[in-house]
Amino acid sequence: MSNPQQLRYSKEHEWLSAAEDGVSTVGITEFAANALGDVVYAQLPEVGATVEAGETCGELESTKSVSDLYSPVSGEITAVNQDVVDDPSLVNSEPFEGGWLFRVRVTEEPGDLLSADEYTAQNAG
Amino acid sequence: MSSTELRHTALDALHRSLGATMTDFAGWDMPLRYASEREEHVAVRTRAGLFDLSHMGEITVTGADAAALLNFALVGNIGSVGVGRARYTMICRADGGILDDLIVYRLAETEYMVVANASNAQVVLDALTERAAGFDAEVRDDRDAYALIAVQGPESPGILKSVTDADLDGLKYYAGLPGTVAGVPALIARTGYTGEDGFELFVKPEHAVALWEALTEAGAGVGLIPCGLSCRDTLRLEAGMPLYGHELTTALTPFDAGLGRVVKFEKDGDFVGREALTAAATRAGENPPRVLVGLVAEGRRVPRAGFPVVSGGRVIGEVTSGAPSPTLGRPVAMAYVDAAHAAPGTEGVGVDIRGSHEPYEVVALPFYKRQK
Repeated sequence: MSNPQQLRYSKEHEWLSAAEDGVSTVGITEFAANALGDVVYAQLPEVGATVEAGETCGELESTKSVSDLYSPVSGEITAVNQDVVDDPSLVNSEPFEGGWLFRVRVTEEPGDLLSADEYTAQNAG
Repeated sequence: MSSTELRHTALDALHRSLGATMTDFAGWDMPLRYASEREEHVAVRTRAGLFDLSHMGEITVTGADAAALLNFALVGNIGSVGVGRARYTMICRADGGILDDLIVYRLAETEYMVVANASNAQVVLDALTERAAGFDAEVRDDRDAYALIAVQGPESPGILKSVTDADLDGLKYYAGLPGTVAGVPALIARTGYTGEDGFELFVKPEHAVALWEALTEAGAGVGLIPCGLSCRDTLRLEAGMPLYGHELTTALTPFDAGLGRVVKFEKDGDFVGREALTAAATRAGENPPRVLVGLVAEGRRVPRAGFPVVSGGRVIGEVTSGAPSPTLGRPVAMAYVDAAHAAPGTEGVGVDIRGSHEPYEVVALPFYKRQK
């Protein structure tokens, strides 16, 4: 399992793309998706909602458990991935691509986001 | 169980080489899933799946009074089980509370194998040993004597036939016979916990790897895959089968669990719990406290054990097991609900899922029944 170099990561296993016009894409990592097992339900934030870094903004439910979804940054939700709402298994099959969760116009990001190498090291430890 | 060392089955290294996600189940380090639990579930429903169930607790009862002891210690009529047949039954306390649900195999005229849940194996062993006082019977702990491999699913008879000469066509559901499978001696039982046709193979632990590999090879052409405990749970839930600790507890009698049929009052002699169970049968018939029902979600949020079942803003029951059902494509649950809300189709029933009342349909169990 490899974590794409161009992304940054939260300790809670979300990934964040580099901003384009101030908007970043957020998803959960392959590590997190594997830990969850088959995702069967995704409750994502509403478009237009304000999210706070490190705070709950939705939930992902798998066969065995339910996990809170955290936003890695603060900002305003500009889009959610309807494909994932319709077919949550995308989170497992394409966590870094088709399984993205939401887009956020970033107003503030915490100082403790990890690089791919740092995130990989966190999970190994 | 975190304070004690986890126990490992004879197939432990094999599971790890297959990339299994392992989990602590009743003190055993067991495969939860290998890849996708949904794929594993679908494989068992449509093709075949291979399970390591070596955590199950085998107890052998032998001696001239073996049948009499089991008739006294368990609620079923074990003396009436023919040699080579098996029976689903329960062991209860004197107050009728369920200690465990069991499968008892009659291996010979005076030899039985009792298979208990891993979490209760010690309790069952202790109870049988205590209840054996005065009987000419020996109760033997055989937990370490067996590995247990199950092959389940519609393709399982064909797969097993290719590696054994045993007469599988003559082996009925809930029967067991000794034989040779893939060159190793095995007790071949046509039992399972999936709602599908299938077999459970009790073998010596040192033969487990060879048997697993032979079955894997025999099933490769028809889509057999290794399956973990996660899909075993969704398979048994769809089939409406109870799980100890969820639908069955010491606080409930078999009658409370809708399984009063396992209690055989007409058998010879007294048995532990007879008096309390007689009263429980009357109560369940006249004024049942709560009734075990099926619930099917209208939405997609998943009910879990312990979630309240609600109607009109009032709690009317509790979920005992819940999961997304791969076969139905919707979340399902088993729940104990007040009798007034237990009829299939009862309006206005929901489950409180983290504060939001999600609508659920009350249905009769099971959710899934295989076409024979």
